[in-house]
Amino acid sequence: MAVNQGTVQALPDPTITGLRPKRTFLQQFVTFLKTKRLGTFGLFIALTMVVAAVFAPQITQNDPYVIVVDNIYDSPNSNYFFGGDHLGRDVFSRIIYGARISLVVGIFSSFIGCTIGMMVGVFSVHFGGRTDLIIQRFIDAMIAFPTLILAIAIMAALGASVMNVIIALSIVYVPSTARILRAQYLAIKEMDYVLAARAVGAGSWRIMIKHMIPNAFALYLVIVTFHLGGAIIAEASLSFLGVGSPPDVPSWGGMLSGAASQYVALAPWLAVFPGAAIFVVVFSWNVLGDALRDVLDPRLRGTGPS
Amino acid sequence: MRNYITKRFVLFLPTLLIVTVVVFSILRVIPGDPALLILGGESGDDEFTEAQLQALRHKLGTDRNILVQYFSWIGNMLKGDFGTSYFYEGDQVIDDLKMRIPTTVQLAIMALALATVMAVPLGVISALKQDTFTDYITRIVSITGIATPNFWVAIMTIFFLVLFFNWAPPLAYVDPWEDPWVNFQQLIFPALALGTSNMAFITRITRSAMLEVLHEDYIRTARSKGLTEKIVIFRHALRNALLPVVTLSGYEFGRLISGTVIIEVIFLVPGMGRLLITSILHRDFPMIQATIVLIAVVVLVLNLALDLFYAWLNPRIRYT
Repeated sequence: MAVNQGTVQALPDPTITGLRPKRTFLQQFVTFLKTKRLGTFGLFIALTMVVAAVFAPQITQNDPYVIVVDNIYDSPNSNYFFGGDHLGRDVFSRIIYGARISLVVGIFSSFIGCTIGMMVGVFSVHFGGRTDLIIQRFIDAMIAFPTLILAIAIMAALGASVMNVIIALSIVYVPSTARILRAQYLAIKEMDYVLAARAVGAGSWRIMIKHMIPNAFALYLVIVTFHLGGAIIAEASLSFLGVGSPPDVPSWGGMLSGAASQYVALAPWLAVFPGAAIFVVVFSWNVLGDALRDVLDPRLRGTGPS
Repeated sequence: MRNYITKRFVLFLPTLLIVTVVVFSILRVIPGDPALLILGGESGDDEFTEAQLQALRHKLGTDRNILVQYFSWIGNMLKGDFGTSYFYEGDQVIDDLKMRIPTTVQLAIMALALATVMAVPLGVISALKQDTFTDYITRIVSITGIATPNFWVAIMTIFFLVLFFNWAPPLAYVDPWEDPWVNFQQLIFPALALGTSNMAFITRITRSAMLEVLHEDYIRTARSKGLTEKIVIFRHALRNALLPVVTLSGYEFGRLISGTVIIEVIFLVPGMGRLLITSILHRDFPMIQATIVLIAVVVLVLNLALDLFYAWLNPRIRYT
């Protein structure tokens, strides 16, 4: 394309550019840290969790899988910071390694689930009419299942493994995401810029990918963050019930089941530390999601699943 | 209103049908052959002959065409026959469910009642004292409640009960018709543990609904008429603010049912949730199918009822 390009260039409008100085990403980030104290706290804890998950072997002193008969129900000490469990394994190591399971399940299931939900939502709105009606009935039906019950049913069919937990939770998050985003896409579809795009001959794909998805991207990110916290709780619940991660895998929910809940009065550290880990992490992701929602799209204040 | 009701019912039936298809596909299509699972067990090292396998397939009816299986399942359910349990040989699924459902429903209702009784006043106070210390504390408690998994709340409840009152979950469950007081004592702690996250959620929505209503013009009018603050808050603000609270907490019923599964396991309550978990561990597919379909249908019917109720109360939403 050697045609004269750039000969006609719009002059920057001094009134507009003067009103809103362009801010770099770093500047915006600093503003976020300054104005959203609770969100910053959430971000800090979430990053700590990522670091703990990545550097688990360096942080812990003991292998989380090794069974030491001498250390059964050890109370917290200098070797086992959080004590020993019913098989004499290091509870501290299992919690640090457990961050890996929680994080992997949380990130993958919320991203996969929400992304499929986003695609379902955008298809449903873009094609509208009968397609929309049929897709929405499927979503109605899927939403009728309480989240955990649907996940339990899928796990019953697939069998207990970390991979299957990710699959089950991804499926669970599709309908609610599709429903929330659909409402947003319906509004976007009526916008003048979509009409303009259509007028200059943009096709279905171009309108969906260049206009509809980017304009609801903030909401998408917020939903992902909220589901991430929810997925961590859901994984813990499934493992607790014995249908999630297999028992030897160090998962926070699995650590709370069995001996931990039966002998809570004798060995409270078995139940207190994994539960506290779940709570702190989910709390952090939730407040981070709240802050992100306010910053990315102030119109959404007061929405969100929690 | 009549158009709205008709429209909702027309949309309701296909949804109901899809619910059954979803359950059927999850539990009949994904796991492959139930007969093989029963004979082979978890490890797969049990010995069995091809004839045994065929006989069991025939007995379970899984040797038929998948569509035939689906329609006979639906047909039987409409007649009230939910099949027989694989695990409790010869047990009618419907009989087990009939025994377990009332306990779960009682637990859920108690939890919802406890949550509402505590949450609504908290939410109202929080809204009236917006941005004060009380408000911050309430909001922190509410976010905390949402982030805490209910099984942890349950375990900690038992821990403190054992520690201070020497109370342990009872091994024998007492029917409310036998001894209501003992039954109440048995279910009050599970209900509290179950209701925590709902309490947090209801506090949050009561607060925001109340804040929204307090900025309405009619509140200013009521105040400028010289009504006392008490009347303005209780008769004008709270009544209107409670509308969304009532419906939204109704929609929470599904989450409550999810919660009962875990709470019943920890507190040894013989309800539907515990039945579901034991059935899954025993791969008792007819039982799992029946329980899940039942839960989904109840949620669906409840949501429809709430939608209609809300439309009746608030005419603005009928036309959207």
